Amino acid sequence: MNRERGIIIAGAAETDAVGKLPNHSTLQLHVEAAVNAVADAGLTMRDIDGIATVSAPGPVQVAHALGITPTYLDGTGVGGTSFLLHVRHAAAAIRAGYARTVLITHGESGRSRVGAAPFPRGSSSVQGQFEAPFGTAGPTTAFTIPVLRYMKEYGLTHEQLAYVAVAQRKWAARNPRAMFTDEITVEDVLASRLVAWPFHLLECCLVTDGGGALIVTSADRTGEFPKPAVHVRGTGEASETPIISQLADFTESQAFRLAGQAAFAEAGITTADVRHLMIYDAFAHVPIYGLEALGFVAKGEAGPFIADGSTEPGGRLPLNTNGGGLSYTHTGMYGMFAIQEGVRQVRGEAAAQVPDAEVSVIVGNGGMFASSGVLVLGRSAD
Amino acid sequence: MNTPATTQRPKAVPEPTPETQPFWDGCARGELLLQRCRACGKPYFYPRPICPECGSTDVEWFAATGRATLYSYVINHRPAPGFEDDAPYAIAVVQLTEGPRMMTNIVGIPNTPEDLILDMELQVTFEQRGGISLPVFTPSGQA
Repeated sequence: MNRERGIIIAGAAETDAVGKLPNHSTLQLHVEAAVNAVADAGLTMRDIDGIATVSAPGPVQVAHALGITPTYLDGTGVGGTSFLLHVRHAAAAIRAGYARTVLITHGESGRSRVGAAPFPRGSSSVQGQFEAPFGTAGPTTAFTIPVLRYMKEYGLTHEQLAYVAVAQRKWAARNPRAMFTDEITVEDVLASRLVAWPFHLLECCLVTDGGGALIVTSADRTGEFPKPAVHVRGTGEASETPIISQLADFTESQAFRLAGQAAFAEAGITTADVRHLMIYDAFAHVPIYGLEALGFVAKGEAGPFIADGSTEPGGRLPLNTNGGGLSYTHTGMYGMFAIQEGVRQVRGEAAAQVPDAEVSVIVGNGGMFASSGVLVLGRSAD
Repeated sequence: MNTPATTQRPKAVPEPTPETQPFWDGCARGELLLQRCRACGKPYFYPRPICPECGSTDVEWFAATGRATLYSYVINHRPAPGFEDDAPYAIAVVQLTEGPRMMTNIVGIPNTPEDLILDMELQVTFEQRGGISLPVFTPSGQA
């Protein structure tokens, strides 16, 4: 369906390094990622007419720093999935003729907090009135709350939850850029210190510095760029709730499901077509919710599915092959890194390359089951 | 940790807005108020002047029973400012008898996995903090 109005990712790159970067400001992480992505596409900044990123620092700042005067701007900021929405919006804008070549940037000094925006938490906000007074302190204390209900309803065990981290560390062991590369066992995970029971440290994402950027343009330009085109075959987006207590059902994410349905419908695929999968893993339970929301397994089956090796190296559904937010990197808004790994896999240039990664699906999470974007990327247009 | 109490930041205190003021006024009287849609009858939380079920703005306040069950929780080991002496403490979501859910703390019972059993019956009680009465929950029969 997208043959005549197809969209491709023509350039994709991360910052030179990810991890601990105390000598990079937030803005510099955007700049370095943008420079690398533009070079990856064989372009110059003069070729860019559209810009998308979250605030702060926001599209005006990033464009100005790069010497770009954009005529398309997208400042959608709905958490760590925002960059997936930027791809979707860029696709629509390019089809509408509002933009030709859109640069999407992410940079976040999540660990070193150099030039980073403060976390907003006004005491009169909905969060400030109905969450913070009860002792929440960031995602570890709220994003984690649903899993106990899931465990009771579907029998997920502590060992199965821990195995999510074990499986992803096996991928990280194959990725030299990952922050942690030593393989771990379920016993290691359960022996790591408690952060918010039932979650242990190794079931929580890293906090790192880094950035990434993408160049999105129309598929009729395929062949103009040095790297193989990665086709944006389908996209979806949705939101559910700004506070975790209002998640309609603590055992599932409506946002994941709705975004996934839209992306799969546009791409004309089913789960059987998917050869590579990225699911935003801020915590060990999120891939479980993602696998079920998109229909890769039935409700309640994702824990055993991961624990029996299905998603690790050699398994039938390679998942989070960069090591994920649990072991690779997690700046705070991890979605850009999930897209980058999907692009690398489809191009065939990933550190832990999956054979025949012709179709890659990226499932983004924003906030705490607050929002989601889903992308279907492919080596061909359909 | 032997951090002197004087260096601790206080626990967060909610700042009411016009649409939430009746809720906090109710708490100050020892009542847990919810809103209900007069068009479709659906009770809901958090306070706002529009029904999330049907979109009607014809909504009313009513006093909930204060009875709830424990829906889900974590036991937090990395305390928020002011909660240092409470850690580890449970951050819970309870299911009110009327249907809506809300975040809260569980008091009057050890905050351990052995003591906090999902679906156990709870009753609202109020904790005073900074001029606000906060709705927290305790096992039924202990309120």
